Amino acid sequence: MEVIITEQILTTDGIPLKESLKKAERNNKIRAFFLVFPLLIFIIITFVVPIGDMMLRSVDDSQINTVYEKTFEEYKKWDKSKDELPPESVYKALFLEIAYGDKLQLGRALTRMNYSKSGWKSLIKKTQRGIKKIVKSGEEPLSYKQTLIDINENWADPTFWYAMGQMINKQTSIYYWNAIDRTFDQDQNVVMQNEDRRVYVSTWIKTFKVSIYVTFFCLLLGFPVAHLLASLPLRYSNILMIFVLLPFWTSLLVRTTAWIVMLQQNGVINDVLVWLGILSDDGRIQMVYNQTGTIIAMTQILLPFMILPLYSVMKVIPKSHMRAAQNLGAKPTIAFIRVYLPQTIPGMSAGGLLVFVLAIGYFITPELVGGKDGQLIGHWIAYHLKTTLNWGLCSALGAILLGIMLILYWLYNKIVGIDNIKLG
Amino acid sequence: MNNNIESFVKFEKIDKSYDGEILVVKNLNLNIDKSEFVTMLGPSGSGKTTTLMMLAGFETPTNGEIYLDNQPISKIPPYEREIGMVFQNYALFPHMTVNENLSFPLEVRKKSKSDIENRVKKALDMVELGDFGNRFPAQLSGGQQQRVALARALVFEPRLVLMDEPLGALDKNLREQMQYEIKHIHERIGITVVYVTHDQSEALTMSNRIAVFNDGVIQQLSTPDILYEKPENSFVAQFIGENNRMTGTIKEIEGDFCLVDLDGGGIVKAMKINVNSVGEKTQLSVRPERVVLKEESSADVNTFNGTVKELIYLGDHIRARLNVCNNEEFIVKIPNEGNINIEEGSNINVSWDAKDIRALDFN
Repeated sequence: MEVIITEQILTTDGIPLKESLKKAERNNKIRAFFLVFPLLIFIIITFVVPIGDMMLRSVDDSQINTVYEKTFEEYKKWDKSKDELPPESVYKALFLEIAYGDKLQLGRALTRMNYSKSGWKSLIKKTQRGIKKIVKSGEEPLSYKQTLIDINENWADPTFWYAMGQMINKQTSIYYWNAIDRTFDQDQNVVMQNEDRRVYVSTWIKTFKVSIYVTFFCLLLGFPVAHLLASLPLRYSNILMIFVLLPFWTSLLVRTTAWIVMLQQNGVINDVLVWLGILSDDGRIQMVYNQTGTIIAMTQILLPFMILPLYSVMKVIPKSHMRAAQNLGAKPTIAFIRVYLPQTIPGMSAGGLLVFVLAIGYFITPELVGGKDGQLIGHWIAYHLKTTLNWGLCSALGAILLGIMLILYWLYNKIVGIDNIKLG
Repeated sequence: MNNNIESFVKFEKIDKSYDGEILVVKNLNLNIDKSEFVTMLGPSGSGKTTTLMMLAGFETPTNGEIYLDNQPISKIPPYEREIGMVFQNYALFPHMTVNENLSFPLEVRKKSKSDIENRVKKALDMVELGDFGNRFPAQLSGGQQQRVALARALVFEPRLVLMDEPLGALDKNLREQMQYEIKHIHERIGITVVYVTHDQSEALTMSNRIAVFNDGVIQQLSTPDILYEKPENSFVAQFIGENNRMTGTIKEIEGDFCLVDLDGGGIVKAMKINVNSVGEKTQLSVRPERVVLKEESSADVNTFNGTVKELIYLGDHIRARLNVCNNEEFIVKIPNEGNINIEEGSNINVSWDAKDIRALDFN
């Protein structure tokens, strides 16, 4: 019998091996895809879309562009170096768009305009009334420019026209600058906000400070607990574990309110201290409605997130290591520092990252116990979301928060390595 | 035994209990000489590891005192005892390289940098791992880790080295190879070794003396050959090597020998070891290789007729399971001299010397 030698490897049936393999694997691949499909859709709907929408919103400036479409078109033709004020065509377009534009959209655009320069709101409102009269009277203005300036002299103020320049693009970075207390001046340069409007940078710093404190205290308090959990016999450690997890099963509101009861000036802790004679009755310490309260309450609430990763790492460190270190001549403290501690680093860093990331975006607890100086950045996000409806700024603050987390994650991966993380 | 000054390690009336109810070590007295290799051998739960841990300082004796070099050491913490130890799972520090692991005991002793380097190199060369200094323990095989652990226990020149089942995690071939290696290192540097194992062949291979533990008590402390040849009680006979057991009652005592009436029928003449009086129950022990096959039957003493139940070919010898005196588990090792012609089911005569069968306590 003749044997045909080919380069291709064939299966017993004579089909090329690669083709046969592909065929065999195809069904599995399709099945796998359909199994993951619902989850994929879920993730897209609940994660990718909202976060993407938030990111877009933080730079989006299209609403005002639809309202003043013609005006902005004409505005772009204005040569600022030649004329001090825009040409007649810009005034005409503006007049017509205010006169015949959708009232609701105009109103919405007002809020946006005020971010670029305060005074827009009243200017437009007054102009709207003036134009209304003129339209009613039926006569067509000879010079739209003069008419508008007659209605309100601010239309002769170039600073308003310069401020309009910030809005003519469909994207804007103003929200991001606002989120760090900066804004544009009339020449579109980035400058500091007015002193009385600078709140975000200090809040960002405070957010970081509180998060670092909380992470540090969680580590300080969580380490011994985790160590105890890992070294006790199982039946005791199970009971202790319930105490660690108990806060998870209690409403966040209940826990936070409990802290108010504990910490307030006529609260349990102050009462006890006064009763013990450590404090005088007038010397009661203010422990809640300030940064201290925020730190205390957040530490307690986030503690389990530190303990659990630490515990899972400590549990697998053999007890013989400490013994070996001592046997080799190291005193218990040195054995602990040089042999035990380095092996807990994956747990410490995982817990630290987890607590820090949760702390930096924390809202409810600082809101309730933070008082005036214990508010974190989450407070401003909620404030703009609900009160001022400045969703652009909201989104920018949120996006910055997201960016910080991604940077932290990247740093963590660089320094510790993400494979080293151990969450349980 | 009578001279305190000579023994390097001395356990004196040691009792140990963890819960106040059960003694895991009972009245332990043990002397170990300098440069000796002593193995504590016993089944799990026999108290051998506890004894070792007391010597290392991780457990405190409930009663009694341990002397090292004539010093009581109960009050000395483990890190000041200058005792090296190889742990069961090596306990190498995973975040340190081999070099760092070996430097650790020297660094905590504040040795100079060049001294540390020298000693680490010497120790690594000793276990033939000179090129592995920069690896992490996880990058080494089990046998290599074992050697690193050994080097680490020796690098600071301890007064004494303890080993807690150090070869337990290795496969059979490697285990045998390491046994010889440890034995040779011991011979070369002449350090005192206390070794714990439950593997009798390991103990027999390496030790100068073996202490057989059971139930918290040393059953017999002796050199390997005496332990095998002359077990003093039925536990030791049973635990070390293979052993044919027969039970019976003492019928007559004549000097060093006694006549035993077997439960399965027949009378055996045996060495009298730890039986005292006529009428006592006894357990007889004879090694399979001391039993000889005889073709023709005779009425000699200690000769019995048996049926071959099973033959297992093992190359150098053949293992035959016989029914002798109604004992179905009677094993005979027949050396393979090229002329074995017995078959399963055939009748055969077995016999042994009265010196080779020992009348021990009954349990």
